Amino acid sequence: MLQYVIRRFLYSIVVLVAASFLVFFFVTASGDPLAGLRITPNVSKETVKNIEERKHLNENVFVRYGYWVRDATTNQFGSTLLTNEPILPDLWRVMKNTLQLVIVAELLAIFIAVGIGVYSALRQYSAFDYSATTFSFLGLAMPVFWIALMLQVLVVQIQGWTGTKLFPIASLNDVDPGSGISFVIDRAHHLALPVLVLMIASIATYSRYMRASMLEVVNSDYVRTARAKGLAESRVTMKHAFRNALIPLVTLVALNFGALLGGAVVTETVFSLDGMGLYYISALLTNDPYPIMAWLMVVAVMIIVFNLVADIAYGLLDPRVRYD
Amino acid sequence: MTDPHPSSDMMTSTPTGSGGVAYVPAPAGGGSLDRELAYDAGVEIKARSQWAYARMRFLRHRLAVVSLIVLLLLALVAVFANQVAPYGYDEQNYDIINLGPTFDGKHVFGTDQLGRDYLSRVIYGLRTSLWVAFFVAGLTTFIGTVVGAIAGYYGGVVDNLLMRFTDLVLVLPALAVLLAAATFFNKEGSPLKAAILLGILLWVGLARILRGIFLSLREKEFVEAAKAAGASDLRIIGRHILPNCVGAIVVYMTLVVAGAILIEAALSFLGFGIKPPHPAIGSLISDGQQQGLATWWLVTFPGLVIALVALAINFIGDGLRDALDPTQRRVRA
Repeated sequence: MLQYVIRRFLYSIVVLVAASFLVFFFVTASGDPLAGLRITPNVSKETVKNIEERKHLNENVFVRYGYWVRDATTNQFGSTLLTNEPILPDLWRVMKNTLQLVIVAELLAIFIAVGIGVYSALRQYSAFDYSATTFSFLGLAMPVFWIALMLQVLVVQIQGWTGTKLFPIASLNDVDPGSGISFVIDRAHHLALPVLVLMIASIATYSRYMRASMLEVVNSDYVRTARAKGLAESRVTMKHAFRNALIPLVTLVALNFGALLGGAVVTETVFSLDGMGLYYISALLTNDPYPIMAWLMVVAVMIIVFNLVADIAYGLLDPRVRYD
Repeated sequence: MTDPHPSSDMMTSTPTGSGGVAYVPAPAGGGSLDRELAYDAGVEIKARSQWAYARMRFLRHRLAVVSLIVLLLLALVAVFANQVAPYGYDEQNYDIINLGPTFDGKHVFGTDQLGRDYLSRVIYGLRTSLWVAFFVAGLTTFIGTVVGAIAGYYGGVVDNLLMRFTDLVLVLPALAVLLAAATFFNKEGSPLKAAILLGILLWVGLARILRGIFLSLREKEFVEAAKAAGASDLRIIGRHILPNCVGAIVVYMTLVVAGAILIEAALSFLGFGIKPPHPAIGSLISDGQQQGLATWWLVTFPGLVIALVALAINFIGDGLRDALDPTQRRVRA
């Protein structure tokens, strides 16, 4: 097991290095980041040349890659192209906000989806089961940004009818959120709708999966054995079946993390939340390669860590997994 | 759970409840007896091909059939957009700006701030969406099948490259990569380029699936027999193994089509996909949003159409899985 963990860890580092190559050359292939500045009137050749030298843009690609890796590892991911601001502080700020949103949504989604999935499996072909299936088909068919917009439309319409605004539909906080508990309440109030949006897609995916996993376990031999030896039904379902049915979900949740961040990009844009998604979009709009690359690398690290943890957890939870 | 025979339960229950006389697989040897009995009764029994069975299984999945009809209708509307759409894509009428949806009038989806009929705009947008989705599906099938077949059949360098490349793709969120790729390589927002970028990203999953199937099938006796009979590699791949993959390919394609439509809509909504003057549902929704949410119809209807298309495709995929890949049949409601 330890050997497996070490090997898996080393391979993760290889993947990370390969990903850094891919990200760097992918972004570099997009062409000269200063092309826009060069043709801007009132920008002297001197200024352009200064930036070129500061960012080593006149060097060849491999040297630039070296500088970039150095900055990424030792110097706060370098600085932005034009304004020369360090990247990492901004990235930390937005990461904190996004993780708040994503983790709350995921925890709630897992909790609810497990409940739905297990109940669907235990009452297969019941009305509840059919509704759950319908819900997840709908949840997977609706575009995430559209769900977000429809919630906003709903809030605006309700405000039109009743004059009260149930939820804020933009930004992370009020202008003056206060501090302490009132800050937390204000933040929760603002995040309610975005969290709901992210939850819908996750619940749709996880509940289907949980249902299938639970059905498989419930119909397996050892559950029949447990039942045959006269255990109480509740004990059979909760102790023997449920716990084992949870295991595959670990992998799914970890693998879903990338998709979740994709959903966060869209959701944050619709709700104007100062998170990673909005940060990434604005980096793309200003066509600044450095924040783009930093963002992709940070996300790659997060996904790699998630997958690593999931792999190890899976091994610990399911002793049938052999490492060789 | 009271049913001790889950497998029989799966086999006889139809997806949509009771389907009357359902297809029940005949026990081994039962066929000839049936034939004799039928012969005695003067009834002729027609041989059914594998495809006939697949079609029967698909037709029994009522939601899938309804979805297929809906999708075909929508596709027809999209193809004949010029004839069907009540107004032109860019036709403006300043007398009726920001008109809510009316059923008695001609603007069922309402109009925007320039008095453009949103039903017509959605129809033209749908045409782009469907075109992109099916282009992506074709491209993905082609690349994914070729790479997957080579990797799975020969192994070696291609296999290694494929597996490592998939590992890499998995660590970057698809949407983020597509956003960057669109910024770098598709500034003008052309539908063709958007489709190519989507295809470049989406073939990997299919290649990996096919690789797995090829890996297991290449060890089977029928491949050995073909080899012994002197069949070339190309013939074994194309004639003996690939037909066994059709189910997996078709099912994966439905996932790709639905995924491509949703991702393209998200990209266009964010302003990184298909851009004006090319019509796209995503950018229609974005227009609606920028007008403020009081004109709710501009946001609601285009999204409903996208969701309807994606839902239909998912159901069709579900039906196709039951029809083409009965061994892979998931336990479903």
